[in-house]
Parts: sequence; structure tokens; C-alpha cells
Amino acid sequence: MPKQVLVIEDEPNIIEAISFILSRDGWTVRTHSNGVTAVDTVLMRKPDVVILDVMLPGKSGYDILRELREMPETSALPILMLTARGQAKDRELAERAGVSHFMTKPFSNAEVLDAVRALVPPVGGAT
Amino acid sequence: MARDTLTGSRIRERRIMAGLKQADLARAADISASYLNLIEHNRRRIGGKLLLVLAGILDVEPSLLTEGAEATLIAALREAASDPRGGLAELDRADEFAGRFPGWAGLLADSRRRIATLERTVETLTDRMTHDPHLAASLHEMLSTVTAIRSAASILAEPGEIEPEWQQRFHRNIYEDSARLADTSRSLVSYLEAAGDSTSGSSVPQEEVDALLDAQGHHIPALERGSATPEQVVGEIAAAASEPARELLLRCLRQYESDAAELPLATLTGAVAQIGPDPIMLARRCGVDAGLAMRRLASLPPEVLPDPVGLAICDASGTLTYRKPLADFAMPRFGAGCPLWPLYQALNRPMMPLARDVAQPGPAQRVFAAYAMAQPAGQAGLNRDPLFQAHMLIVPRPGVGTDEVLPVGSTCRICPQTDCEARREPSILGLRAQIGF
Repeated sequence: MPKQVLVIEDEPNIIEAISFILSRDGWTVRTHSNGVTAVDTVLMRKPDVVILDVMLPGKSGYDILRELREMPETSALPILMLTARGQAKDRELAERAGVSHFMTKPFSNAEVLDAVRALVPPVGGAT
Repeated sequence: MARDTLTGSRIRERRIMAGLKQADLARAADISASYLNLIEHNRRRIGGKLLLVLAGILDVEPSLLTEGAEATLIAALREAASDPRGGLAELDRADEFAGRFPGWAGLLADSRRRIATLERTVETLTDRMTHDPHLAASLHEMLSTVTAIRSAASILAEPGEIEPEWQQRFHRNIYEDSARLADTSRSLVSYLEAAGDSTSGSSVPQEEVDALLDAQGHHIPALERGSATPEQVVGEIAAAASEPARELLLRCLRQYESDAAELPLATLTGAVAQIGPDPIMLARRCGVDAGLAMRRLASLPPEVLPDPVGLAICDASGTLTYRKPLADFAMPRFGAGCPLWPLYQALNRPMMPLARDVAQPGPAQRVFAAYAMAQPAGQAGLNRDPLFQAHMLIVPRPGVGTDEVLPVGSTCRICPQTDCEARREPSILGLRAQIGF
């Protein structure tokens, strides 16, 4: 059964591009674009890996990350964080909140794919 | 050394400037050179006839020799010396320096003033760049759009077949995103150009309104007289402003018109002549609320109120919605002000008028009475909590010392006050942290 990735991002065209490259790589891709309900969606979908944008409507990606890390079922969930702010302090903030990997925009498709594969080796997908 | 004991130094200075030898001046004044030498080194007091004779020979007013430099010049020198970077200056000899070298002292004081002005400009610009929400949002949107374009273009450029439906979709995405990127870039360039133009330095609506009201001195005669509507005034004074700024200004001027109708200028002028610019007393006497009294006092022209008053209004979130800063009481252009301002205390104690003497750090440390009050904004609604807004009127208190005043800042970023529990972020004035309170 393919592994599942949940993309939490509010930019529709980024969602579409990421969904395309991950689906093509053999992942089941779910998407979500609201910060307020993001934690509930993670708990409901139980993804193998989460791609999480920092600036989301309603709630910051950092807050979502902290909440997920406080819950036993998601405390070790691989989470790849995307942000337009690439300063050292932003990276430190994400690391303190428990991010698995941090990536700044604009990133390439290959970088995203490599990062997701590194976090969770896909089953039956391209290598 | 006291100022009145420096007459000798000034005589010496003036003699050298006139190109006279000590012996020549002594001879002309009919005294011995040794005696003049003692005078010039402030070892003998001088006054009366001899002072008049020496002043006459040196062709200066006698008072220039006895009074020396202005107090403001000496104060400016002391302020320069109190800067931690001026640690080697002989603070106790500022008076003597000003007396002996008035030209150099003036130059130093002017330079110091100019540096302070430039530093303040740099602080303001830095503050603006780091806290500018429009700039941050624009750059974030640009990066997100570039990411979307890059991802879609990369998929299309990869070798291998892509289904026509996906191909069409990514082409459309690139087209849409590139149009969005063009719009955002254009908007950002306009914004930065406007920010760089000193004649139109305002670029967010609230700032534009602040600048427009500042240009009018916060006084609109046409609305006082009722000879124009707020819409006409907006058309006249804000023709080049952005649409959001014009809307904000219109709201502000409608309030002005309503305030002026409730407390006309003639009534206000008469009351101020009797009780001064005390908004709480004014409100009682004229039967208006304290907020209206503060707004009306802040709108008075210089012929009625020569020493202007400042005004800050904030909503329930603490965001400043009206700013009329004073030369020695700064207000931040972005974000909230100093949490110590009575303005914010008033929000915690609605409907209770507060008054405190306050002063901001700086060379002048001028004392102001800060009157503040929070009151409901708008009409009461059934089963609806009132929405509060707070007013703070800043009234100069000349002659009042800083001993009993509440030290407050403008905003943390440019405040040198140390050990402040209200501090939100470090000050960029680390080097000047010892100045002020």
C-alpha cells in the first residue's frame, strides 16, 4: 500500500505541483489548506509524512507543529516545513518546535522529493 | 568652574582674536601686563570701569565678556559629553570651552545635533524595514508565486510524457502565477519608490492620513466654519492620496465635523482661555465626553494654543489609530507604542480618567501631562459588549522637573531605557543605553 503524505499549504498552485510530483513518485497525496483545522486533519488522516507551510490562514505552521509534537500519536511524525522566511532564527524556531526537515521557498521539485523520501522511504515507488 | 568666573578667559580669547599682545592691551587699558595676565587666567575678578575699558578696546559688548556663551550651547556640549562614545571629554570644563572657543563649541554642538537627527532617521527607517507588514507580505507572496512557477515549469521541462490534461493545467498555472508575480512586483516597486520619495514618504493608509493631518496642523478651518463638507475637504487636501487613505481620512474628518458641531471653536477657545488645556475639566465644563474634549484640544490652531498638545488614540487591540506626536514626545509610525503609556492603562480601567506626568528619554526630557481615558466607541448594541477605544492627550508642562514623572518610551526598538519590565524587544540603541533615565 502506498505511503501517504499530507500537504498543508494554502497556495493552490504549489499544492498542485507538489501533489503531481509526489503522486508520480508513488505517494498517496492528501491536501489541506486551513491552519485552524490542520491538527484535526492530521489526526484523522494519519499520514506517514506531513509537508507543512509556515504561513497558513488561521494558525501559524509553528503552532501546528508544536501541537502535533505534544500529542503522543504525532510526536514522532516526520514533518517537512516550508517557508518563505529563511533566516537562521526561523530555522532555529522550527527546530525548537520539533521539525524533521526545514526548507525555504523557492525550492525545487527534486529537493522536496528528496526530502520526503529521506524522511519516509516510499513503498513501491520510484527510488 | 562657574560661568561668571570665566570673564578672564573670554577677554583672553577676544584679545587673541583681535591680534593684540597682552602687553599692548594692558598698555591701552592703563594696567600692568602682569595684572592683565592674572585677569586673563581668572585669578582676579574684574568689573566696573576696567571691564568697560577692555570691552571698548576689544570692540565687544561688555555682557559678552561677562556672560559668555549661551546656556543652550553649554547644555548641548554637556549632552555631547554624556554620550558614552564621548567618554574622554572633560565634562566639567564644557563651560570654559564654550567661553574660550564659542565658534568651535557651536560647531561641535551643531554637529552633535545633526548626528542625533541622522541617527533618529536611521532608527526610523530600520524600524520601518523590519516591521513593515506590507513589505513582508509582498515578499512572502512573491516567493510563494516564484515557487509555484518554478515547480510547474520544472514539471513541464522534465523529459518524458505528461498527460495533455496535466500539461494544460500547468501551463495555465504558470500563466496565472506569472501575471500575479507581475502585479506583486509592480506594487512592490511603487511602494518602495513612494517610500524613497521624501515628499511622499507615507505608503500605508494610516501613515498617509497622519502625514495629511500633520500638513494641516490637525486643524481644518473649513470644517470649523461649516463652509465645506468632509468629502470636499478630502477632495481638496488628499487628491494625490491612495483610495484607502482617502477613506480613512474621510472617517476622521466626519468625526472632526461632528466634534466641531458639538463643541464649536468659539466656545472651546473661551473655555481654554479660562481653564487651560485640561481635557477633563473642559469636558465637565462644556458637557462633552473626555475623548471629544481631547480631540478638540488637539485640533486647536497655534493662535489659540501656542504650545501645541499631542494626541494618541488606540483601539481595543492597542493599535494606534490616530497620532499627533510632539517634538519631544515621539510616537511610533508602526505597531503599538510604549506599554507604559497611560493610554494603555486606561484600556484596563474604562471610563476612568487618568492623568500622569510623563517624559521620554532624550536630550530635552521634557515633561508632559498625559491625560488618558477609555470609553466605548460607537453606539451601544443589545446584548453586545461595548468596543472600547482610548484617548491620550499630551500637554506640555513647562518648568516641571523630571523627579516625579513616569519615564516612558516611544517604542521598545528605539527606547534606551534599561531594566524595563514592559520591554517587548531589545533596543537598537545599545550604545546609548546609559543616556536618559
